[in-house]
Amino acid sequence: MAQAGLSDVERIKAASRGLRGTLVESLADPVTGALADDDQQLLKFHGSYQQYDRESAEARRQARLEPAYSFMIRARLPGGICKPAQWLALDGLSETYANGTLRLTSRQSFQLHGVLKSDLKATIAGINATLLDTISACGDVNRNVMSGPGPATSPLHAEVQRRALELSEHLLPRTRAYHEIWLDGEKLATGQEEEPILGRNFLPRKFKVALAVPPVNDVDVFTQDLGFIAIAEGGRLAGFNLVAGGGMGSTHGDVRTFARLGDVIGFFAPDRLLAVAEAVVTTQRDFGDRQDRKHARLKYTIADRGVDWFRAEVERRLGFALDEPQAFLFTTTGDVFGWARDIEDRWHLTLRIESGRVADRGDARLRSGLARIAQIHRGHFRLTPNQNLTIADVAAQDRAQIDALVGEFGLGLHLRARPIQLESLACVALPTCPLAMADAERYLPPATAVIAALMERHGLGAEPLLFRISGCPNGCSRPQLAEIALVGKAPGRYNLHLGGGRDGRRLSELHVENLDEAGILAALDPLFGAWAAERQPGEAFGDFLHRSGRLAQSSGSAPASGTLA
Amino acid sequence: MSPSAALNSFPLAAERTELLSQLVRGLDTPGLLWISGYTAGLARAGVTAGMTGGAMPAIASPARDVQTDGAWLASIVYGSQTGNGRHIAEALADQLLARGLRIRLLRAGEYPLRELARERRLFVVMSTQGDGDPPDDARAMTDFLFSRRAPRLEALEYSVLALGDSSYPRYCEIGRRVDERLAELGARRILDRIDCDVDFGPAADAWKVQAAGSLHKLSPEHAGAKVAVLRAVPDAAPYDRARPFVAEVLANQRITIGEGVRDMRHVELSLAGSGLSYEPGDALGVVAENPPQTVQAVLDAARLDASQQAMRDGRSQPLSQWLSTELEITRVTRSMLVTIARRGAHADLAALLEPGQESALRALMSQTQLPDLLVRYPADWDAASLVGTLRPLVPRLYSIASSASEVGEEVHIAVARIGTGGGSPRPGAASHFLATRPDAALVPVYVESNPRFRLPAPDRDIVMIGAGSGVAPYRAFLQDRVATGARGRNWLIFGARHFSQDFLYQLEWQRALKRGTLARIDLAFSRDRHRHAYVQHRICEAGAVLHDWIEGGATVYVCGDAARMAPDVDRAIADVMERHGGMSAEAAREHLSALGAEGRYLRDVY
Ligand code: SRM
Ligand SMILES: Cc1cc2nc3c(=O)[nH]c(=O)nc-3n(C[C@H](O)[C@H](O)[C@H](O)COP(=O)(O)OP(=O)(O)OC[C@H]3O[C@@H](n4cnc5c(N)ncnc54)[C@H](O)[C@@H]3O)c2cc1C
Ligand SMILES: Cc1cc2nc3c(=O)[nH]c(=O)nc-3n(C[C@H](O)[C@H](O)[C@H](O)COP(=O)(O)O)c2cc1C
Ligand code: SF4
Repeated sequence: MAQAGLSDVERIKAASRGLRGTLVESLADPVTGALADDDQQLLKFHGSYQQYDRESAEARRQARLEPAYSFMIRARLPGGICKPAQWLALDGLSETYANGTLRLTSRQSFQLHGVLKSDLKATIAGINATLLDTISACGDVNRNVMSGPGPATSPLHAEVQRRALELSEHLLPRTRAYHEIWLDGEKLATGQEEEPILGRNFLPRKFKVALAVPPVNDVDVFTQDLGFIAIAEGGRLAGFNLVAGGGMGSTHGDVRTFARLGDVIGFFAPDRLLAVAEAVVTTQRDFGDRQDRKHARLKYTIADRGVDWFRAEVERRLGFALDEPQAFLFTTTGDVFGWARDIEDRWHLTLRIESGRVADRGDARLRSGLARIAQIHRGHFRLTPNQNLTIADVAAQDRAQIDALVGEFGLGLHLRARPIQLESLACVALPTCPLAMADAERYLPPATAVIAALMERHGLGAEPLLFRISGCPNGCSRPQLAEIALVGKAPGRYNLHLGGGRDGRRLSELHVENLDEAGILAALDPLFGAWAAERQPGEAFGDFLHRSGRLAQSSGSAPASGTLA
Repeated sequence: MSPSAALNSFPLAAERTELLSQLVRGLDTPGLLWISGYTAGLARAGVTAGMTGGAMPAIASPARDVQTDGAWLASIVYGSQTGNGRHIAEALADQLLARGLRIRLLRAGEYPLRELARERRLFVVMSTQGDGDPPDDARAMTDFLFSRRAPRLEALEYSVLALGDSSYPRYCEIGRRVDERLAELGARRILDRIDCDVDFGPAADAWKVQAAGSLHKLSPEHAGAKVAVLRAVPDAAPYDRARPFVAEVLANQRITIGEGVRDMRHVELSLAGSGLSYEPGDALGVVAENPPQTVQAVLDAARLDASQQAMRDGRSQPLSQWLSTELEITRVTRSMLVTIARRGAHADLAALLEPGQESALRALMSQTQLPDLLVRYPADWDAASLVGTLRPLVPRLYSIASSASEVGEEVHIAVARIGTGGGSPRPGAASHFLATRPDAALVPVYVESNPRFRLPAPDRDIVMIGAGSGVAPYRAFLQDRVATGARGRNWLIFGARHFSQDFLYQLEWQRALKRGTLARIDLAFSRDRHRHAYVQHRICEAGAVLHDWIEGGATVYVCGDAARMAPDVDRAIADVMERHGGMSAEAAREHLSALGAEGRYLRDVY
């Protein structure tokens, strides 16, 4: 069914017999640690990416060895919720098969890195044995559904989380390929399963959904293809505002690509959630660009055809009209660290996990400490969209025990660090991410340290500041929304973006291109000076830059375009 | 007619060609060699005649006798793995043939065992391999000799030259056993056996002279034409171990990655201008220098001064020079231990040399080098006695990993660097020397031909089994088969430790598979988590297919570790023949021996 002009991935999907391809053969091929080219694309739909260690690749080539291929595995974890036993199981899998660390992602999920091809099946089966899975964690499908984990300040939270789960299940592919390949499920003799929602060729591109509960916009709802803002009425869930067309990724120097904030389209009642989601997904399925993968996200479909067209198309599919959007207010996208109590009197401890990397490093023995906590903890773990972790649902009498472990294993970064070190995100980037142009995760600690020192010099050490680094303009840490963001350009060099809003509703602007660390500090120094001297009480850095017109004096590069809701 | 005109008149007239082909039909190699030598002798006589204008001398024709049983004055039989024994046997044969004596020269593997009973005079050159094992090629012969089927040999006169290496506990074991067994069977020694260490040159020369002399006394009716010395593979190598070619390093790349595996080097050397040629299967001899740090450690341990002059074999040079370039200091020999024990009056060391201590001795010899011994067993040394105690530094062999048809005037080898991680903490002499040569450095080398380990006809299949550096000759094989367009299928069964760290030449095998020049590959990694396997496991798993290939005429090669891999693989292949060929264990064994004799089961293990 391949048509002229379709992207190669469309051909691969079409020929894949429901995402089966030749994965089984690829896995069995002992001569290479890689998969056949087409299977690499299909693997994503099963929740894994083929990667290679970029830093050793040249030395290996000279040694006449192929690159050190390994696999990243991403779990599907709607709302980032898991049980202590599942945490322990993943921890064990990472020790046995992966690089001995866990990575909490910016979409509230887990990643394992460094799994060899020969261990891939065992690892994925191991994840399934804990009653989690990796289906659709990657690929041209609906990705992990985000839902704010913040300690329940209203009964909405539980309901929104329940609906996030439901939504995630509803949008899953129907193919049994996953069970056949990884779980030794019975083989389908011929043909392939129907995909009533996603379609035989699945979606044109990745698709992301998040549900936000105001006033916390931790899920960055405006960066999603499809967002839902929960609207409360008298403490009950009255319905959702539909947000559509957000996305972060762009390509350096390619003006056809841009970061975009989602538009608020309308409002509907809670029981229509699945139907609305399905209507948006199928609209994108049928109208999304299948020729140019750089132009295939919903944000481009909407930007090209207009919001009105989009609303009309969705309503046509729904068979009813959406209501006018309801008012909402977001105050923050960040996490609140330390203990918090919810309306049901349970306690929640949110810990800072820098870049989401759960590893033992020096005195901060995160992996050992969290494993110990998992052994005694009777509630849940919640992975936050800011790559942090909440030890959720703790009874008051159990707090002391957990506090003791936090102390013993050095887990209390939030008690020691500067605000900028707490309120920051970094994507994985080098050495595993094949698209990275510069370090992100590995550069976060030194970067926040030097910026914090500079702020200190201006007497701003205690000020909150939203800081994000990504290794390339794909924006996996959503840098286009930070007050200060570094977007990787080349090893040790970054584009400096400034001025994002702390509520996730204003894009940052490209300020100066291609700076090294000294250049970054030199660019920030006068701005910090001005902020310290001229700001209004409590005025955030991004807001200050905008109000004072400092961004107008930026290097002259076009600011990232976007539609503000 | 001038001699050159005579040569130019080739090809022969039709009836002569016919006569020639009648003459050579069915002749074995020695017969052919003899004829070629004989005719060359005739030609040479003709040359002389032509130049002096005199008549051509009458030459008695011994050609009639060639196929006559028992007409041999003597047989020279050699069992050789790496060519040393072959060189010695050939040199002896050359001497005797040059004197016009009717002798024959045979590899042990071609020796017709049923003729042994009628043999009158036998010279055996026999090396010891493995852990006191016979060379592969000599297995059938030694099995036969040591068995109860061996005939009485009262009429036989013989002498054995045993080759070995005194750094192995079972020094010259096979030569010694052959010698003792022949005596036991009633044969009479013409000369006593000599045991030759790796510096066998002078001792072997003396033996050859004596052996030739022992024939001299015999009846003159055995004398024939003056026969020029020619060989099927002309020994025209311009360079040899005594006069190596100094080759330039073109590349020296590590081909393993990571801490868990041995440092392996892919070394490319230039043979440009040397005139050296080689065949796939041959080895490269490398004349190395000892590691400077080990030389220093010897000097320190013996408390001797580097610059002190020392005398040996009538030559005087600084001690450091002896230790760097001329004497063995990385391999421990028994005689070295004997001297050290005596000199320092170390009763404990002397006790290790007593019978029954073999395994402790073996451990000592494999885990220590000279400096360690000198520290552990101190004695009062002077430069002359130290130099006198050590044996000459011998070249090391490396399987050639390239085909000249692919790389032209280059030669490639794969070198496992000894003493980096695990085992012996000190570096191995040659492997360290090679691994530390930068580009453009000079390495003295020569080609050691290995006619036993050759590719079959182009349309035949081959199965290449090897672990670690044992894969080296297969790279040469495959390059050659591709360059020559050979149609036979190529199958590699390779073993290493870690898939991701020492899958040697991975990219090249992948390319060959893609292009179809490698029909099949089976891999075994012994240290990979959850799936450790050795090549013999893959052989078992692929048993049915392997059996088919072998029955279809494939040649099976085994290369690499002699101590463990080769015996395990041997057993695995025998099992395969048993299981898939419906044979008894004994029949399978015999089948393998027969394959060996046919040149279809070939091993190059070290
Ligand atoms: C792990 C994670 C970053 C993190 O540090 O947490 C991540 C990591 C990667 N992202 Fe991402 N993305 C992650 C969240 C995001 C986000 C944030 C979000 O979803 O809220 C974005 C921006 C939102 C968006 O989609 O626009 C994001 C936009 C991208 C893009 C650009 C997509 C685009 O259409 O512009 C790519 C590249 C692509 O898809 O071609 C990408 C591709 C990748 C890959 C898989 C690289 C690749 O394609 O080979 C990265 C794997 C690196 C590694 O070694 O682990 N990732 N990626 C996040 C995993 C989320 C999850 O659990 O599912
Ligand atoms: C026909 C033939 C082909 C060969 N082909 C190759 C080849 O292709 N590639 C290759 O790397 N080698 C090959 N070898 C082995 C090679 O010739 C040397 O023996 C080897 O490199 C060690 O030499 P060295 O001078 O570095 O160590 P030495 O100085 O001889 O030994 C130093 C110490 O290391 C110990 N030792 C020796 N060998 C080993 C070992 N393998 N493992 C652990 N300890 C050891 C010794 O007991 C000694 O104590 C081949 C040998 C033969 C006979
Ligand atoms: C793998 C291997 C094992 C050997 N084992 C012994 C041994 O057990 N005893 C011994 O005296 N010599 C041993 N030697 C030394 C050889 O006998 C010696 O190098 C001899 O010169 C080889 O002669 P060839 O080239 O004719 O085979 C061994 C050599 C190799 C390569
Ligand atoms: S932002 Fe770029 S570098 Fe960072 S993880 Fe995503 S794709 Fe990789």
